Amino acid sequence: MSYCRQEGKDRIVFVTKEDHEAPSNAELIADDPHDPYEEQGLILPNGDINWNCPCLGGMASGPCGAQFKEAFSCFHSSQEEVKGSECIHHFRNMQECMQRYPELYPQEEDHESSDRPEANSAPDSAEDPPLTPQAVAGPAGSPAAGQTAS
Amino acid sequence: MLKCRTVWRKLAPLARASSTLCRQNVKRTGLHNARLPAHVPTAHMATGPARGGGENQLYVLLVGATCLGGAIYTYRTVKGDQHRYEERIAEIESRPHRSTKEATTTVQMEAPDVPESEAQATPSPEESSPPAPDAETAAPSETTEPPQEPSPLSEPGPGEQTDPSPATEPAAAGSPAAEPSEPQADVTESAAGLDTAQPSLTLPSHAPYLLIGGGTASFAAARSIRARDPGARVLIVTDEPDLPYMRPPLSKELWFSDDPAVTDTLRFKQWNGKERSIYFQPPSFYITPEELSNAENGGVAVLTGKKVVHMDVRGNKVKLDDDTEISYDKCLIATGGVPRNLQVIDRAGEDVKQRTTLFRKIDDFRSLDKISRTIKSITIIGGGFLGSELACALGRRSHDSGLEVIQMFPEKGNMGKVLPEYLSNWTTEKVKTEGVKIISEALVKSVTCNEDQLEIKLKDGRLVKTDHVVAAVGLEPNVDLAKSAGLEVDSDFGGYRVNAELQARSNIWVAGDAACFYDIRLGRRRVEHHDHAVVSGRLAGENMTGANKPYWHQSMFWSDLGPDVGYEAIGIVDSSLPTVGVFAKATAKDTPKAATEKSGTGIRSESETEAVASSAVASPTPAPAVMHKDDYGKGVIFYLRDKVVVGIILWNVFNRMPIARKIIKDGEEHADLNEVAKLFNIHED
Repeated sequence: MSYCRQEGKDRIVFVTKEDHEAPSNAELIADDPHDPYEEQGLILPNGDINWNCPCLGGMASGPCGAQFKEAFSCFHSSQEEVKGSECIHHFRNMQECMQRYPELYPQEEDHESSDRPEANSAPDSAEDPPLTPQAVAGPAGSPAAGQTAS
Repeated sequence: MLKCRTVWRKLAPLARASSTLCRQNVKRTGLHNARLPAHVPTAHMATGPARGGGENQLYVLLVGATCLGGAIYTYRTVKGDQHRYEERIAEIESRPHRSTKEATTTVQMEAPDVPESEAQATPSPEESSPPAPDAETAAPSETTEPPQEPSPLSEPGPGEQTDPSPATEPAAAGSPAAEPSEPQADVTESAAGLDTAQPSLTLPSHAPYLLIGGGTASFAAARSIRARDPGARVLIVTDEPDLPYMRPPLSKELWFSDDPAVTDTLRFKQWNGKERSIYFQPPSFYITPEELSNAENGGVAVLTGKKVVHMDVRGNKVKLDDDTEISYDKCLIATGGVPRNLQVIDRAGEDVKQRTTLFRKIDDFRSLDKISRTIKSITIIGGGFLGSELACALGRRSHDSGLEVIQMFPEKGNMGKVLPEYLSNWTTEKVKTEGVKIISEALVKSVTCNEDQLEIKLKDGRLVKTDHVVAAVGLEPNVDLAKSAGLEVDSDFGGYRVNAELQARSNIWVAGDAACFYDIRLGRRRVEHHDHAVVSGRLAGENMTGANKPYWHQSMFWSDLGPDVGYEAIGIVDSSLPTVGVFAKATAKDTPKAATEKSGTGIRSESETEAVASSAVASPTPAPAVMHKDDYGKGVIFYLRDKVVVGIILWNVFNRMPIARKIIKDGEEHADLNEVAKLFNIHED
């Protein structure tokens, strides 16, 4: 049973697990997915990419930001069967750029780059996947995310 | 022009006389001839076609000659000015340069100036002579301080000569009379190159995005700008010697590091074993200020060790402490603040001040780390976030080193201004178990130095002897630029007063600790937390690139009091508000350690805002079985203002911040907060 006590203006309630078993009847206001003030996910309501999404870390703003944006935009708009297959040269540019900044984009094994087109075909869904740089750029894996995340 | 006029005035009576004379002559001839000529010459200017009489011709000649003389004179003067100006530039150019690049940039700077002054010379020579005599007298006329960029460029011509002594900036800065025209002269001077500060030779004189301050808010803004404006050129100016870094580890993780070289590397190991630096990005992320103007895809440049001392809002430019001027299109002020000091220490002698640390920067961490290894006793004055965190960190160390750690504050318990009393008391007991001697309800009366030890005398008579003091008594927001920029400072909260979109004036935004902003949900406030700096910096960056969004995503904050107890909070968390706390018993799984292991990040706001999907969901390592006998193991505390929840603390309950944020955003009156508490599932992990 829950137990309640008051200390001046502060109220203290102790609850057991059973007390909280019943679903809450607190009412929350429904969120407007098109609210312009809200923080947007990776894909904006109009279909564009939100380059400022925290999920991208520093990918779009670093020294290779321009190449990353090109590559990812191309991938995003790709209608090919193997998504992003026509964007290979963009990804190559990006990889070349990233290789010049090993500190920022720690390099993993090179064979990962060939896996990229296959890997990219997976997360193409309507909902925003919290995008990992790994899905987009083979060499820059999750350590980069940890590194570049502020 | 003046000469012409005086000459004209002299001639006027003669001219009138000549015309009447002329008419009389005609009338006489008319009378004589009994026949009027075709038309009587009406009285008009003697500069009209010469009629009758050599006198007229003489007058015309005289006037013409004078005008011509005046024209020749003004032309000569202006040409002479330009010649002297060019000579001066050549002289400056001939001074030793660092590289040829500088020479080309200066030449580029002069090139627009020279045609400008030439253009001035050709149209009406009469108009250009006033600037010449004005320049001679070096009159500090307010009217010659035009806000537009183009006209000042023509001023440097005469403006250059008003400088009493040429090269050195102190001299240039020292001539107060020429102050209004000074900035214009300075612009070309700094571009032309100066003897004193060699590096400023290569500094950009214009930055499209200028960020004043190199902390968390500034870096977040830089990143935001770069993400939204492709190829943006961002210049960060900071008076610190370091690149942008995050502050929370300075009072937490860095102290728990096993690495003896931590003060050099500034790397900390997160609970999941992943290591990272406190710097947001390594140096290779940035470009140098010199490269900024020419970088193909733009970039972020950081100018360290330079302070902005003056801001000219009308002219859209700032002046640094070495007199360099940088103009901007959009400017962010993210100057943060300076730690406050106790008045009694401020007034105390030098020997006391030497033994006092005001903690905020990397250097403060390094020096405190060093000091804490050598002394026997240290006292922290202040019971808020920083004071308590440092006390816990030093208390941990005391287990090995035998260091005596004392913490004193005026409140009854740690975090007395944040936590409701029962929780503050509970927390204080926790801090004590970390090895800290707590002296609560302590008001410092005086601090003196006696035989190499500090003696802190309290108002109630207690005396505390210690070797070193850390004052953690608040932050004074840095509003140094308010006066020169004409920006409003908030009297209630301190800091620059900005609107809901963080804008102070057109093209000027303020973010981070220094911003007193309007929060649509919670009202006007100023927030001194890390996540707020990130959120407000990001927002400012978005608005600098045209987003026009208000502060809406509520920032959070967190604190760890030792590795076993921690909390996350959001909104207005003020202990003077009525609170409702809903608690359950804590188990070993509900500690900050476990939370970070699960989410794979060390900084809790990171796990929230970055939402990195690839976060390693580590297999739960068996945590030591610690049973909390206290009542307040884990729970949710709601802070109410007029029956609306304005603040929430998640006490030992993690990764539920989005729900808390939602409740605050809704701003609804909830009849039963226990029902709201159910949303947090506090009994689960």
